[in-house]
Amino acid sequence: MQYQSQLVAKPYFIAAIGLFIAQILFGLIVGAQYVIGDFLFPEIPFNVARMVHTNLLVVWLLFGFMGAAYYLVPEESERELYSPRLAMITFWVFLVTGALTIIGYLAVPYATLAAMTGNDILPTMGREFLEQPLITKVGILLVVVSLLYNVTMTTLMGRKTSITIILLMGLWGLAFFWLFAFYNPANLVLDKYYWWWVIHLWVEGVWELIMAALLAFVLIKVTGVDREVIDKWMYIIIALALITGILGTGHHYYWIGTPGYWQWIGSIFSALEPIPFFVMTLFAFSMVNRRRRDHPNKIATLWALGTAVTAFLGAGVWGFMHTLAPVNYYTHGSQITAAHGHLAFYGAYVMVVLTIISYTMPIMRGRVANSPQAQLWETWSFWLMTVSMVVITLLLTGAGVMQVWLQRISETPMSFMATQDELATFYWLRLVGGVVFFIGLIIYVISFFIKGDVTLLSANNQEGSEKVGIPKADTFKEDIQPTIAEMKVEQDDVPVAQISTSKMEESPVPVETSTQEMPLKDK
Amino acid sequence: MSSVYFTKSAARNIFFGGSVFFFLLFLVLTFDTTRKLPKSDHRENLTEEVVRGKHVWETNNCVGCHSLLGEGAYFAPELGNVYTRRGEAFIKVWMQAMPTGAPGRRQMPQFNLTDEQLDDLVAFLKWTSEIDTQGWPPNIEG
Ligand code: HEC
Ligand code: HEM
Ligand code: HEM
Ligand SMILES: [Fe+2]
Repeated sequence: MQYQSQLVAKPYFIAAIGLFIAQILFGLIVGAQYVIGDFLFPEIPFNVARMVHTNLLVVWLLFGFMGAAYYLVPEESERELYSPRLAMITFWVFLVTGALTIIGYLAVPYATLAAMTGNDILPTMGREFLEQPLITKVGILLVVVSLLYNVTMTTLMGRKTSITIILLMGLWGLAFFWLFAFYNPANLVLDKYYWWWVIHLWVEGVWELIMAALLAFVLIKVTGVDREVIDKWMYIIIALALITGILGTGHHYYWIGTPGYWQWIGSIFSALEPIPFFVMTLFAFSMVNRRRRDHPNKIATLWALGTAVTAFLGAGVWGFMHTLAPVNYYTHGSQITAAHGHLAFYGAYVMVVLTIISYTMPIMRGRVANSPQAQLWETWSFWLMTVSMVVITLLLTGAGVMQVWLQRISETPMSFMATQDELATFYWLRLVGGVVFFIGLIIYVISFFIKGDVTLLSANNQEGSEKVGIPKADTFKEDIQPTIAEMKVEQDDVPVAQISTSKMEESPVPVETSTQEMPLKDK
Repeated sequence: MSSVYFTKSAARNIFFGGSVFFFLLFLVLTFDTTRKLPKSDHRENLTEEVVRGKHVWETNNCVGCHSLLGEGAYFAPELGNVYTRRGEAFIKVWMQAMPTGAPGRRQMPQFNLTDEQLDDLVAFLKWTSEIDTQGWPPNIEG
């Protein structure tokens, strides 16, 4: 961490993890209500728990993106954040808005909440993912605008890298398409048409820019590969993402009252949407294979690779599975959709946020990487969460196939509710999967508190370093310096930090420059 | 990927050019769709009642359990075609009879809608069931 102001990312990440825990708890509630229909009824009806589950997801991902932006932009721009104070005010505004909204959902009936918060003036509520009261929607907009102002100013006054440019475009796009959340025409078809401009153009559009930028940033740090190479990959990925993803929106315009030609446009372009996700996987693995340093933060590298693979599975493979119009005719709005929604959101956005947290948090806490012990815990949480999410996805896919068969294809179709009864076994097992996921999450949180032999920077060139594979000081300068600066402030590990400080300050040139001028290993 | 022939700036140009081109194309298609919609959404039947009914639908968050034209939640039956499946009288009685209280069965809350709200809601569900959805859902069960 080169700049003090990057530290504002820390509360953002802590809040993100806190809300993540709550999201999963409500996931378990909805999962239970699937099989025990009257569980917590009437206190927390299904729709309320679901809304809390999905809105918390989106809000904590936004916390993650924002924290990432506040961390990454100063480092890339090579200057302090334009206004750390504004970033902190924004943090509290967002946290309080989010908390009040969730309390509102749980405390009063939805109709009362709508009446209380001025939904009659400008009706925007009651649509999936956009359930927030008007004031919350405005709050989100203000928070994002404040972030944009802050990081854009920082970038304008500092170095402009491809990573920041792409990240900023992603964030500006996020804000722009959010505006459609305020547009709710009385005509249901138009309402649905523009609803997707928020939902689809977020996750299969501008958020992919954010994801690519965050992955690229972490990969540069952990592999030391030349920026030029990484930048080129990044542009290829996002070019493919938008070229396929914009018209790919058509895969939501098959059956909502829009003209039939969308079946062609949507099928063709969305069938190509897995390509950018596939290229992202190639990108991550090829960068790690060409790495020029062995970063001691092994788990951050694992998260980065995991993100690319799981996003490809969830978005690419599970997306493709139901994206062609003739298939979607049968699977539309079934458990297949839920299966895809879970693995795609988890693989792409949950994991990319956990990647950036995994890389930055140790640095913000004054070390290059967590202790091998702590990393071991985090590795367990990685596998528990990822494998259980894959299992949940497989179970929902099984449920979905059977649902489609019984309710939609069969000569003697069963009713919705009768079909659901047949699927109970899948749902019970999904609930078990959810519990394992939750255990994985708890282990993840615990990993932050595991001490062990922290990989301190001072350990460079010393014997202990060999064990954990710390590279020589000069290849590592970039990461070392910030940590030293940070240690000075936090005074956590004072004695060691002081030793390292005196040592490191002698080394010349920032690694960024030297890295770029070095020929590629494989040339 | 040989850097001599395919440079970073080539990739960047494809990104900017491609995105702008396809976004503009998307806008053109949006324009065309908007022009054609009145035929499939039967705008002439979009009465005050229907508009109020959509408001009832939204302010009670029905979409948090149900899907409507396949979008929403997957916990309770599809309602885009419930007007055709069940008819007006059933829907009204149903809304008033909730919750069933059947042990272990999925529950729908009581929303205490007024008679007028019920009329509006049914009007909205009727209008929705008449949208030309290219033949979806595959059968009456939704
Ligand atoms: C908490 C979840 C929940 C919410 C919110 C909810 N419903 Fe339901 N609804 C259900 C469930 C579950 C069933 C099936 C119940 C059964 O079969 O026992 C159902 C059934 C129905 C049916 C009968 C469908 C059929 O084909 O038999 C109608 C009509 C209906 N709901 C309308 C509505 C409307 C209108 C709203 C909003 C004002 C609404 N529901 C909100 C859970 C919900
Ligand atoms: C990270 C990227 C992605 C995320 C987070 C994501 C998430 C989601 C979610 C949450 C839904 C359900 C929306 C609703 O509630 O109605 C959905 C629907 C859908 N997604 Fe994705 N998705 C992603 C990428 C893709 C890709 C690449 C494809 C195609 C190859 C795809 C194809 C679809 C289709 C066809 C539907 C509609 C399902 C239906 O008809 O019910 N998605 N997606
Ligand atoms: C990080 C992990 C998770 C993510 C990213 C996630 C994401 C989502 C998303 C995007 C939706 C909306 C789906 C759609 O509209 O298609 C959803 C709904 C849901 N989730 Fe999760 N979820 C997670 C964990 C869980 C867990 C652990 C459980 C339960 C054990 C769970 C149970 C459910 C249920 C039951 C629904 C409602 C499905 C419906 O509409 O009928 N989720 N979740
Ligand atoms: Fe989509």
